[in-house]
Amino acid sequence: MSENIVSVNNLSVSFDYQENFLSKKQKIKAVNNINIKIKKGSFFGLVGESGSGKTTLGRAILGANKISTGNVIFHDEERDFDLTTITPKEKKEYRKKAQLIFQDPYAALSPRMTVRDIIAEPLEVMKITKSREETDARVRDIASKCRLNLEHLRRFPHAFSGGQRQRISIARALVSNPKFIVADESVAALDVSIQADILNLLKQLQHELNLTYLFISHDLSVVAHVCDIVAVMYLGHIVEMAPSRELFKNPRHPYTKALLSSIPSIDPENKSKAIELKGEIPSAMNPPSGCVFRTRCPHASQEGKEAEIKMGLVEVEPGHWVDNCGVNCGA
Amino acid sequence: MKHLLEINNLDVKFDTDEGRITAIENVSLTLDQGKVLGIVGESGSGKSVTAKSIMQLNPGNTIYNDNAEIIIDDENVLKFTSKNDLKKIRGGKVSMIFQEPMASFAPAIKIGNQMVEQLMIHKPQDKKEAKNISIDMLNRVGIADAEKRFNQYAFELSGGMRQRAMIAMALSTMPKLLLADEPTTALDVTIQAQVINLMKDIIKEFNMGVIFITHDLGVIAQVADDVAVMYLGSVVEQGPVNEILKNPMHPYTRGLINALPDINNLDAPLTPIPGNIPSPLDRPSGCVFRTRCPHASQEGKEADIKMGLVEVKPGHWLDNCGVNCGKV
Repeated sequence: MSENIVSVNNLSVSFDYQENFLSKKQKIKAVNNINIKIKKGSFFGLVGESGSGKTTLGRAILGANKISTGNVIFHDEERDFDLTTITPKEKKEYRKKAQLIFQDPYAALSPRMTVRDIIAEPLEVMKITKSREETDARVRDIASKCRLNLEHLRRFPHAFSGGQRQRISIARALVSNPKFIVADESVAALDVSIQADILNLLKQLQHELNLTYLFISHDLSVVAHVCDIVAVMYLGHIVEMAPSRELFKNPRHPYTKALLSSIPSIDPENKSKAIELKGEIPSAMNPPSGCVFRTRCPHASQEGKEAEIKMGLVEVEPGHWVDNCGVNCGA
Repeated sequence: MKHLLEINNLDVKFDTDEGRITAIENVSLTLDQGKVLGIVGESGSGKSVTAKSIMQLNPGNTIYNDNAEIIIDDENVLKFTSKNDLKKIRGGKVSMIFQEPMASFAPAIKIGNQMVEQLMIHKPQDKKEAKNISIDMLNRVGIADAEKRFNQYAFELSGGMRQRAMIAMALSTMPKLLLADEPTTALDVTIQAQVINLMKDIIKEFNMGVIFITHDLGVIAQVADDVAVMYLGSVVEQGPVNEILKNPMHPYTRGLINALPDINNLDAPLTPIPGNIPSPLDRPSGCVFRTRCPHASQEGKEADIKMGLVEVKPGHWLDNCGVNCGKV
């Protein structure tokens, strides 16, 4: 039995793109040569700006995106699922083990179904329960774990606030008893006072139900608080990966440093200026050659030798991986 | 000294199918030239409605109270009835930047034409002149290739660029007052840092008054001089930004600050404010925060309290219900 629950090996995902039906088909590489191992029971964070490929990576791990090259292996107790060769029948089995919590609790819940039906639907679709009584028992059990009241189950989603709706989405994701959860920006749409509540709930459920999370977020301070290990993505590449304390105390890659310095401090006297990055994240259609960050990097050389570099993570300290271009320029 | 903007006793209610909703109750704010007033609060706290009231942009079912005043240049905006009067403030004396720049530009009209159009409305002038002013403005907000951008459509620009263009457009009529409604919320952090720095420079350069609305206390700390904390349509605490964030007294302000994950202190537990934000349809009577307040009394005497700000320290205003309960 492996200590990892997911291993991602040299994974790339690309999409076909055609401007119009006459023009040539292009490939857009959304995720590029990613290697990660997610330990059982960990809270794995994935941060990056929009367009960095974090959602695509999460979806590829769930088998919701086609894998172009490389593979993703899910290690279950009895068997492994290889997502590159998975059959439709196996995928149904896999769905019970790995689930997704969406970003927007207003869009994710059908307005015409009662909360009970919303939570019960996965059980019925996956044919996990045999009778209505059994379904109801499972729904009630998970609802109380997610701190929903029994009388909530009869109501429709419109009666609930954002935080309550997110608890309903979490209950729905957990009802099939999965082992692995991808939480894609699951607190981004919530107000600050509610966000902390949902984060605490996710943590608590992790201990109660033995879950492993892949937590995707653009908010570094949230990630710093809940995750054990964090990977920073930029334009389809992981540029730095380390245990979260190490990453936030001792960032090595210039992109990570810039991201951290960009968080506005709540202390009005702390006027430390953000490391301002020039320009914007380039389009994934024509990413820079070599180091993808070089067009915005404050340390990029005049001669442009970063254009020739081959990207790849290097272990600079036990468990702390940095892209090889960032190892030197950050120093 | 005369204030640039004075809001007195503003109540805003909406008539809806479900009944009359109170969006804002008894809000009074002032803003001086060259100052940035931050308004923070969660969804439904009435921060956007406050800003829209200044521009009279609230929908037709809005009801203002009779003794409310929004005074700009000795004129009460709420008493304006004719379109011509409103024109003076909308885009003239007052400009607004919205959260979603993609939604605020017309998709089928070139950015430049939209800028020229609004300039011509406010200052009848030569089209060529208006074009020059617009391009100059685009340059000043840091858009490279301004002339090329002038002839492009909103979808051709990236998010950060669009927000810059929006700022350029809002500033081109030289407003005295700028209303920025969550101008950086839709942006990535690195772009947000760029836009915040840009706005700080521009505020200094143009010496205008700014109302900066956001839910992000970090952004407020970095841009605002004064801050008003709103909850369910009422201002619960108000004062200089340094004082409010360093020495918060209202339980809601404290709760907000504690709920924020602090990157410099990873060991601190995340403390949510208990409960949910009540629906505007059943706004609590008395102190609006009492349903979530950790200090609320068992007997529920907060339900009978009349809310109102009290000056607890020079410049530091606190809702009178929060004056006592916060101390315990």
